[in-house]
Amino acid sequence: MRQLISLLVENKPGALMRVAGVLTSRGYNIESLTVAKALDPTLSIMTIEAEVSDSGRDLLIKQISRLVNVIKAVDLTVSRAVRREMVLIRVHVEGSRRAALLTEAQIFRAHVVDASPSTYMIEATGATDKLDALVSLLRSYGPIEMVRSGAMAMARSKHNQLPVPHFSEASLSGV
Amino acid sequence: MERMSGARILIESLVREGAEAIFGYPGGVTLPVYDVLYAHPLRHVLVRHEQNAAFAAQGYARATGKAGVCMATSGPGATNLTTGLVDALLDSIPVVAITGQVPQSLIGRDAFQEADTFGISRSATKHNYLVKDVDELAQTVHEAFHIAVTGRPGPVLIDITKDVLLAETGYSDDQDMLPLRGYRPELDPDEDSIQRAVEFLWASERPYIYAGGGVISSGASDELVRFSELLEAPLAHTVMGLGAMPSEHPNFISMLGMHGSYAANIGVTECDALIGLGVRFDDRVTGRLDKFAPGAKVLHVDIDPAEINKNRRADLGVVGDARSVLRRLNAALEGTRDSLGLARRPQRLAWMDRIREMKRQHPFTYTPADGEIKPQDLMRRLDRIAGGDSIVTVDVGQHQMWAAQIMRFNAPRLWQSSSGLGSMGFGVPAAIGAKFARPDKTVMAIVGDGGFMMSIPELGTISANRLPVKIIVMNNNSLGMVRQWQELFYGGRYSQVFVEAFPDASLLGAAFGIPGGAVADPADLDRALETAFSEPGPYLLNVQVSPEECVYPMVPAGGAVNEMIMEPGPAVAAAGD
Repeated sequence: MRQLISLLVENKPGALMRVAGVLTSRGYNIESLTVAKALDPTLSIMTIEAEVSDSGRDLLIKQISRLVNVIKAVDLTVSRAVRREMVLIRVHVEGSRRAALLTEAQIFRAHVVDASPSTYMIEATGATDKLDALVSLLRSYGPIEMVRSGAMAMARSKHNQLPVPHFSEASLSGV
Repeated sequence: MERMSGARILIESLVREGAEAIFGYPGGVTLPVYDVLYAHPLRHVLVRHEQNAAFAAQGYARATGKAGVCMATSGPGATNLTTGLVDALLDSIPVVAITGQVPQSLIGRDAFQEADTFGISRSATKHNYLVKDVDELAQTVHEAFHIAVTGRPGPVLIDITKDVLLAETGYSDDQDMLPLRGYRPELDPDEDSIQRAVEFLWASERPYIYAGGGVISSGASDELVRFSELLEAPLAHTVMGLGAMPSEHPNFISMLGMHGSYAANIGVTECDALIGLGVRFDDRVTGRLDKFAPGAKVLHVDIDPAEINKNRRADLGVVGDARSVLRRLNAALEGTRDSLGLARRPQRLAWMDRIREMKRQHPFTYTPADGEIKPQDLMRRLDRIAGGDSIVTVDVGQHQMWAAQIMRFNAPRLWQSSSGLGSMGFGVPAAIGAKFARPDKTVMAIVGDGGFMMSIPELGTISANRLPVKIIVMNNNSLGMVRQWQELFYGGRYSQVFVEAFPDASLLGAAFGIPGGAVADPADLDRALETAFSEPGPYLLNVQVSPEECVYPMVPAGGAVNEMIMEPGPAVAAAGD
């Protein structure tokens, strides 16, 4: 199952390597990973998606949690989290179809961020399946190039504690 | 604040953190550190290979519970340390490793003796650092020791660039250190889980305690013995746990697992409550996991939350330091013994009788033979000399298992074995570290002929320091455990297991200035051992043992622990002096 993990980590060299190492040393492939500074600039927030067996999910969270640089690790896979991704797509499209493309892109609340006589660059954010739908729509207009950010996620409520009770007092708000 | 170089700050910080000795090997980028050591009282022990610096630091740490310190230069020095660090990681042994790194101006340019030590050691350590600013050095050393010895102990590596070692800044012994944000080991269990554990324990009819290295790390031996006595429950150890409960205690049923005792393996299969203390349900203990303690509910105590439910689901998981948990449990058991404790007591006493009967009927056994020294007989005699009170380090293989089965340890921190990683070549350098830590103790390294060949350079360290370490080579002219598996599971097709050209021990010893000898006749064994142990300094004794002997009982890999292969032939008890 695709596991969605949100991490609050110290913004230090090697922190990303350590987290990634826990996943890769167990043979898990990282499907997406986003990382940027948190409100406190000495911390970073990471969102990771990886294909992990159901039985391995708890263990993975605990093994990431015990890293010295990790302040909090939360499994958002089955929780009520807002999950968003961003995509930039360059579509090669010419002539009369350009106007139709702009109309259809609006359905996805996508924006044109760059244009040339033969291309548009479209920016969109949304859930992964919405972006997948946008991508397949734009493909119908012509060849495309694409860059995706991978998922970022935030829990909807603050009552999102780890499934292991002894972690409760260590939980922090902010993830 | 006195201004000093990074190299000097490193050494002063090590002293401040309580280091008594560094096991190390110098090189180009650590020259500034060695220049400071030239006139510094902190002891440095020059080993003969960096891997052995890490093992010796472990020997020190295992004997004391304090962090052992090792040091190596960049590149090959650092990569050579790695095996010893992974070994410490698997056995949760506190080690602080210092490595030099090429100057920052050269990092990433494939400089001479440059290796990505920070990257290489990431998965070999509990935590690691690359120090690029001299102002962070003292704080980093402080953090490294704190992380190494607290929580679940483990190795921490500090990689320091040469320019940091040369740079100067202010340093004072009493400067404040910052706390760590992402690292808060939980030491105390919550009260609710203690209450539930007590109800769980008193409800059991066939309780079984399975205690490991975590009990030794936390210094919980007294509490463990009290716990076993309060519950009136049998106790088996992992190979890491030996010595936590005195081997002579009536509740002690030796080791469980692949080469565990009959009573321990049948006991764990039949118990209804399995109490795991500072253990990790390793595959060498559990055998086939779904047949391990199949009818038992599990209470698992460990300081590392990631161990709970990792291999075996715990019905009740308690996260905390073993000593803290056992103290609370013991107090709660004492308070309820005459109320809750009475209901199932008759069943528990009957169970204990049954376990003791199995222990009496099925001791570790071997078949004596005329004219050759049986390895088990060697271990009996070494046990008599050790008296349950000497430090015994071992390598990995048959001799390790026989020593674990037969030798008695009546206190913790006497038995040292590379248990998780299973590194051959561990025993001799670990004995060096142990002897520095405990000069008052008899220290013997019991090794096989294969592992000893990996440790020969350290005869130089032993000789140069006149360390009274006794090296006993149990020589069966083969890599015995591999040979045993080839005999039992590969149709006797012995492939690359005969270590030929073993050196003459007295000549080899003499070449290093160490007295040595060899013995092959059982009639001469006692005299040879007496010579070895009465010699005031080091001694190297090569003991020729039966080459074909196998370690029994044996649970085949992936088998259920109650399906042991037992010693064939007319066997006699191996222990029982």
